[in-house]
Amino acid sequence: MTKLNKNSTVSQPNDSTASITEIVTLGLKKRHRKEKRFKRIGLSAVLFGFLLVVILLGDITSKALPAFHQHWVKLDVNYQASWLNIDENSTKGVTESELAQANYRNVLKKSLYQMLPEVKGRSDKRKLAQLLSTNAEFTLKDSLIASPSLFDKQAQIWVRLDDDVDSYLKEAFPIGEAGLRLNQNQAQWLAQFTTSDRIESRFNFSFFTSGDSREPELAGIKGALMGTLLTMFVTLLLSFPLGVAGALYLEEFAPKNRLTDFIEININNLAAVPSIVFGLLGLAVIINLFGLPRSAPLVGGIVLTLMTLPTIIIASRAAIKAVPPSIREAALGLGASKMQVTFSHVLPQAMPGIITGAIIGVAQALGETAPLLMIGMVAFIVDVPSSIVDSATVLPVQIFLWADSPERAFLAKTSAAILVLLTLLLIINLTATVLRSKFEKK
Amino acid sequence: MNAITLPKPAKVNEDNQNDLSQIEITETVGNIYADDAKMSIRNANIYYGEKQAIDNISLDLAKNQVTALIGPSGCGKSTFLRSLNRMNDTIDICKITGKFTLDNEDIYAKNLDPVLLRARVGMVFQKPNPFPKSIYENVAYGARIHGLTNNKAELDEIVETSLQKAGLFNEVKDRLNDPGTGLSGGQQQRLCIARTIAVSPEVILMDEPASALDPIATAIIEELIDELKEKYTIAIVTHSMQQAARVSQFTAYFHMGKLVEMDKTEDIFTHPSHKLTENYITGRFG
Amino acid sequence: MNSSLLFFVLLCLTLFSYWFGLQRSLKVAGGANNKKALTSLPKQFGLLTAMVCGLPALIALLIFNSGEHIVVEQLLTSTLPANIQSLSTIDLGLYLNNIRSITYSTTASEILNVINENSDVTTQTQYQAALTLQELNQQAAWIKTALVLIIASVSVLLLVRKFSLTYPARQKSEGIIRVLLVASSAVAILTTVGIIVSVLFESIHFFKSVSPIEFMFGTQWSPQTAMRVDQVGGSGAFGAIPLFAGTLLITFIAMLLAVPVGLMIAIYLSQYASSKLRAFAKPMLEVLAGIPTVVYGFFAALTVAPVIRNMGESLGLSVASESALAAGLVMGTMIIPFVSSLSEDAISAVPNALKEASFGMGATKSETVLKVLLPAALPGIVGAILLAISRAIGETMIVVMAAGMAANLTANPLDSVTTVTVQIVTLLTGDQEFDSPKTLAAFALGLMLFITTLGLNVLALKVVRKYREQYD
Repeated sequence: MTKLNKNSTVSQPNDSTASITEIVTLGLKKRHRKEKRFKRIGLSAVLFGFLLVVILLGDITSKALPAFHQHWVKLDVNYQASWLNIDENSTKGVTESELAQANYRNVLKKSLYQMLPEVKGRSDKRKLAQLLSTNAEFTLKDSLIASPSLFDKQAQIWVRLDDDVDSYLKEAFPIGEAGLRLNQNQAQWLAQFTTSDRIESRFNFSFFTSGDSREPELAGIKGALMGTLLTMFVTLLLSFPLGVAGALYLEEFAPKNRLTDFIEININNLAAVPSIVFGLLGLAVIINLFGLPRSAPLVGGIVLTLMTLPTIIIASRAAIKAVPPSIREAALGLGASKMQVTFSHVLPQAMPGIITGAIIGVAQALGETAPLLMIGMVAFIVDVPSSIVDSATVLPVQIFLWADSPERAFLAKTSAAILVLLTLLLIINLTATVLRSKFEKK
Repeated sequence: MNAITLPKPAKVNEDNQNDLSQIEITETVGNIYADDAKMSIRNANIYYGEKQAIDNISLDLAKNQVTALIGPSGCGKSTFLRSLNRMNDTIDICKITGKFTLDNEDIYAKNLDPVLLRARVGMVFQKPNPFPKSIYENVAYGARIHGLTNNKAELDEIVETSLQKAGLFNEVKDRLNDPGTGLSGGQQQRLCIARTIAVSPEVILMDEPASALDPIATAIIEELIDELKEKYTIAIVTHSMQQAARVSQFTAYFHMGKLVEMDKTEDIFTHPSHKLTENYITGRFG
Repeated sequence: MNSSLLFFVLLCLTLFSYWFGLQRSLKVAGGANNKKALTSLPKQFGLLTAMVCGLPALIALLIFNSGEHIVVEQLLTSTLPANIQSLSTIDLGLYLNNIRSITYSTTASEILNVINENSDVTTQTQYQAALTLQELNQQAAWIKTALVLIIASVSVLLLVRKFSLTYPARQKSEGIIRVLLVASSAVAILTTVGIIVSVLFESIHFFKSVSPIEFMFGTQWSPQTAMRVDQVGGSGAFGAIPLFAGTLLITFIAMLLAVPVGLMIAIYLSQYASSKLRAFAKPMLEVLAGIPTVVYGFFAALTVAPVIRNMGESLGLSVASESALAAGLVMGTMIIPFVSSLSEDAISAVPNALKEASFGMGATKSETVLKVLLPAALPGIVGAILLAISRAIGETMIVVMAAGMAANLTANPLDSVTTVTVQIVTLLTGDQEFDSPKTLAAFALGLMLFITTLGLNVLALKVVRKYREQYD
């Protein structure tokens, strides 16, 4: 009797069959080994993919963490009238404009020297002052204006430390290490501050509330976020109606002729054109021909619209195609015109799919950088834009610009900005996924 | 081939208007066991998730005979057939209980290699599915993966013999390198049969092999089946009772997942024992 | 008023016209109770009126806005003294920019002050011109406002006069909507035409200064052109071969990573993976696909490149700080999900019957995949690879941030190379005027890029289509 087990000997009246089974059995072990190896290779490929994601996100997150907190130092500030350059003997009292124009830098320096009187000599004193952020004097100013009663009195004010100091405190590098511009004395003074509990680490709110700056400790993404918002607004405003209208026409109204085929081929090709080519188009046509302002969300939005349009059209067409023909026929049968059928019946039915497609299209556009570089959103823009024709930058471009900066602190800031961008994208994509599953259940 | 005349449809009279769903099938009628059984199935139950597709079926496949499995659509015949070479293993929700043996060996045993089983129990599907390769490569596929030959000459011989046995060789001998998908429907199915027998299986399972073919191609396939039984044990699922009558020596009638009746083909078709069988073959339903 | 406000006013007018047209139609019908007497619905009358109000005015506004810039500039230039008018285009442009910036930062009264108090002729001319510009802008704004409002109101009034019981409001409004739909679809064609024309136009400009032969086959790329006639060191070699080579090198490295990994992932997920694993793996792939390329570029430049450099140096090799290997590997990572999902589609498209036939004969899963599924899915997979290559070639941010800027003709992945896309960005984000061969070279490169990616996409489509007919 022939046994079917892998490791059995074979004896059977029918010789040729026995030998076939024998031959097959001989090869089985090797084949199963190959199978296992193949499966293992496949699994490791999938795990490799996971590993890449983990490494990428982990790396960026770990780099970003330092950006979320900043070190501040508590100074004993003396708002002495003479230091402020305000005439204290004036009978009118101190006016607001006088306060606004007073010499806070002087106050800052003098107060600082007063705190550490052992520091002598011009260059040493300068080094001491360099420990503080360049906007420390403005912090002093804001504090005095907020509480004018402090005039000519002493107060303890927290100010920001310079980015080099901040990095030093966070990473505790040895002095003089490349990129870190502190010397022994400065380290010593900092140690003094630390031991007297004058240094504190706070959450870096200004990251979210201020615009770009040359000084890393002051730089924030608010400007870029506003720019992104405005640009996305323009993109959505333009691409959604155009995309849906185009899709409706191609699916519902267009006759099946060569022109329609041509349009379809065009759209599919456009979807695969590299984004930088759209930037070239934007540069050549939109800016040079029409003279629209460079680096405005309006222009960025137009370029991104042209890029997103094929995606939205293709997604909308799929959604429209999915509407069962019975709905159309029923409406037509009741005497509705083609237009009414389309807008009152087909479109509402297809809307969930269309919206999902639009959201995904916008998410893609959100991360685009290259075309916006072309149309000039590379400038250093400090002010937060407030309209679609102001100069602006977008978050991906901001990341790109910061990535080039040599200061160590910008490394953390760039990573933090990336995290913000990824979070935004995550939210948008999750919304689309939730919407899609919600409407698929219906 | 058997020449059987089918009974005329029974006269419709009120007494016979039984509600078919009320008829209980408690026991299979007829002869389900064979003296010389190649494959034996005892108390088989097959579930697709919650749904039970096969309910307590036992039967034998007689060696070197053709056994036809007939019955209305959706009553589990194909499912049952696929369990004979463990093709249902690929479906996660399919659960199988019972004893299935090939030459008295349990084919669902833990240490049994399905790869080897399928080399011994081949399958021909309803719709011809030749690989998008040449005719030669289609037939040679099985021999290659199982390592049955040492050199090209042996492989050529296997290909030619298989095509001969399938009755296709003369039609394609000049174009063995043409794609298999370029043949007509009937030729493709014969190619699939050639492909299956190239591995020299002992049993061939056929799932409605001619249902997608025209009558002439069907006739050729039926003649082929008749010749093949000399060397192979064959189980064939078929929709057509006429085909079952022509081609098989034993017939098993399935109804709603149960085996109602099984007997020699000539007996079942001339004097069926069970009411349901009679209704079916006289064309009352199904 | 300025454009935005005007736009808003127009919008309100349009909404108002809807209501107006609707009311008018009811009046024609003889009261709301009689609205059935109209052959079209009142709201269709309203819609028609709104469209007739908004569309012509909007088009006029857009046309005016496009042309305003050029016309104003022409008019301004004609008021300038002759010696200024005869300046070269570049210098004239600078002069006009100057004038513009004056108008941005100073009020009219301040300009008058300067004119009266300052006796320097050049300053006087400038500020006079600034004043003229301000006046021109104001006039333009007035004309624009008047034009838009007049067109809107006149169109509406002319329309509602025609309203009658049998006026085909529905047909007309639907006709207009139809035209709008067609126009929307045409935007896609216009975009393509725009791309081709603009890129071609500037490229032709370029090829007037640099011969196409030198461009396509030259091996020296140093696009420094002399800024002034007497400047030293401006040779300007525009041979693009090093760029093509660099692009190909990085693409090749990327493909070496992406194709095997992507293909194996596709096979494993479609043939072996449990639904639980698939539920985790799909999002993982989507994350990889959704990460913006600037993030990849950052990762490549600041993490991967240093790691490779350190590893190489510890092995005694000399690795550039911006190696092609770093850029290529990260680009490969980005492309993995692309290859994987397209390949999975191709493999799933193979009819299940073939898989069953193979299993039925006793083949193992790997044998079925390697001998039946992959060969059957090959056209789709080849198409996927071609599309992936096209994507890699057109990728910009990763290479801008992680690859070098100096053209280097080499096959060594540890060296630094530059690519076509990097050069396009470099050439166009510097500070140079628009017409120099340097800037135009970017467009010529863009032309090459566009043609190549388009060619690859068309080829991919053809491959898939031609070989797909093997099944019914």
